[in-house]
Amino acid sequence: MKTIAEINERIKSRKAVVVTAEEIIDLVEEKGIKKAAQEVDVVTTGTFGPMCSSGMFINFGHSKPGIKMTRTWLNDVPVFSGIAAVDAYVGATELSEHQGMQYGGAHVIQDFIEGKDIRLYAESRGTDCYPRRDIRTTINKNNVNQAYLFNPRNCYQNYPAATNSSDRIMYTYMGTLLPNFGNVTYSTSGELSPLMNDPEYRTIGIGTRIFLGGTQGYIAWEGTQHDPGQERLENGTPVNLAATLALIGDAKKMSSRYIRAAIYDRYGVSLFVGVGIPIPILDEDMLLRTAVRNRDIVTTLVDKSGREDLGIRFDYETLRSGWVEIKGRQVPTAPLSSLKMAREIAGELKNWIRSGNFLLSEPVEKLPYRKERLNSLEIRGE
Amino acid sequence: MKTIKISIYYPLNKITVPLVSTLIKEFDLQVNILHADISLNKTGKLVADVSGEEQNLDDALKFIERQGIEYRLFNKKLIWHEELCVHCGACTAVCPSHALTMSGETWSLEFHKEKCLVCGLCTKACPLNVMSLQD
Repeated sequence: MKTIAEINERIKSRKAVVVTAEEIIDLVEEKGIKKAAQEVDVVTTGTFGPMCSSGMFINFGHSKPGIKMTRTWLNDVPVFSGIAAVDAYVGATELSEHQGMQYGGAHVIQDFIEGKDIRLYAESRGTDCYPRRDIRTTINKNNVNQAYLFNPRNCYQNYPAATNSSDRIMYTYMGTLLPNFGNVTYSTSGELSPLMNDPEYRTIGIGTRIFLGGTQGYIAWEGTQHDPGQERLENGTPVNLAATLALIGDAKKMSSRYIRAAIYDRYGVSLFVGVGIPIPILDEDMLLRTAVRNRDIVTTLVDKSGREDLGIRFDYETLRSGWVEIKGRQVPTAPLSSLKMAREIAGELKNWIRSGNFLLSEPVEKLPYRKERLNSLEIRGE
Repeated sequence: MKTIKISIYYPLNKITVPLVSTLIKEFDLQVNILHADISLNKTGKLVADVSGEEQNLDDALKFIERQGIEYRLFNKKLIWHEELCVHCGACTAVCPSHALTMSGETWSLEFHKEKCLVCGLCTKACPLNVMSLQD
């Protein structure tokens, strides 16, 4: 048994033993659960996938005379300014007024992080205290005040694999799905995935310090559509959509190596977000959870054409093999989330902790673990 | 010896022309079929690498034209801007010839140029726009 405070003392004196969620698997095979749990202090996880529910709050600073921005655009992308005078929220999936799907909020965020100048245009009705009616200028990360990513839903604990039973090609947020079960796409970092390594949220909670976009960030809240009541395997991992996290971090300190704008053909714009979460090895149970392997995690196959309820599950080792069997046919699989980048992130976080630059935090509150499932939106009468 | 990559479009009523065997026997060409979708009462498409003497290739293309069959030469090639790639794998979902695959060890994208049909599907499927067709 170890406490987070004890682990932090070891991190400060640069004695902490830190391994990634892939490395721990071999270590457990070699040394056994008991010995590995005594030796290892922290296991690092990582993920790098498209996460649409992302965005950035920004405060532009006040002009002279001042303006209370009511309709606002950054590089021709509408941003939400229905908050205080010069505050705005750049939603990742918002599209450019003139370039459409070629440029969106995610690109504004990436350009901002890269330090590029961004065109700002805003309109106002004018008030006694903020008389200016419009403003046209450029901003960048060195001349605005706060700019922080606040992502309402990242790090989905599991995600269904997608296929298409119809006779038409489908362009989806799960990539291009070929007709007649022509392919299967899936999005996960599997055994490296943060919430798959602490499936019942013993250590990951509100206030947990994390790797976000190349800098330190925090878990702010449960994510939208957080649904921990999902069916689970004996090892605690859910078989379909389950927990999610709302994340926050300083965009000015982020790197576009870990925050990248994405375009899904005929679907829209999204944002690749790099996240890494450290898991303190408090006891043998925690170590056992982090030793989870791809073959121990399953997901559900969904027909995106909505025609068939397939009722098929695959484990991630099978999905990663490149082929799965559907109705007696071999169907090729393709990932959408970068495992290569997830490994890099878990490795980077490991280095931060080993070098004493990143301390673990005790969650302020646990993530909710309720049984009630999600509401759906009914069409109600007027 | 010269090799060209060609896409041949069969109209509905030309389905009975023994095109490939003529290319081989009459024009002394080697034909490596990369993709073929030809069936009765449908228009068809055949993609192939065709190799032979330059004069024979020219004559063969004229022969195809005389049959009233349309073709297109692939003058373009696929460029992978590797330094911008995040190796997500979305392009592998649409690549018909498995020219784009994920390496099982490093989970890096691998581009096997010789298998590429230059169809361009990956240029649209790539969420980061790191695939492009160039002349």
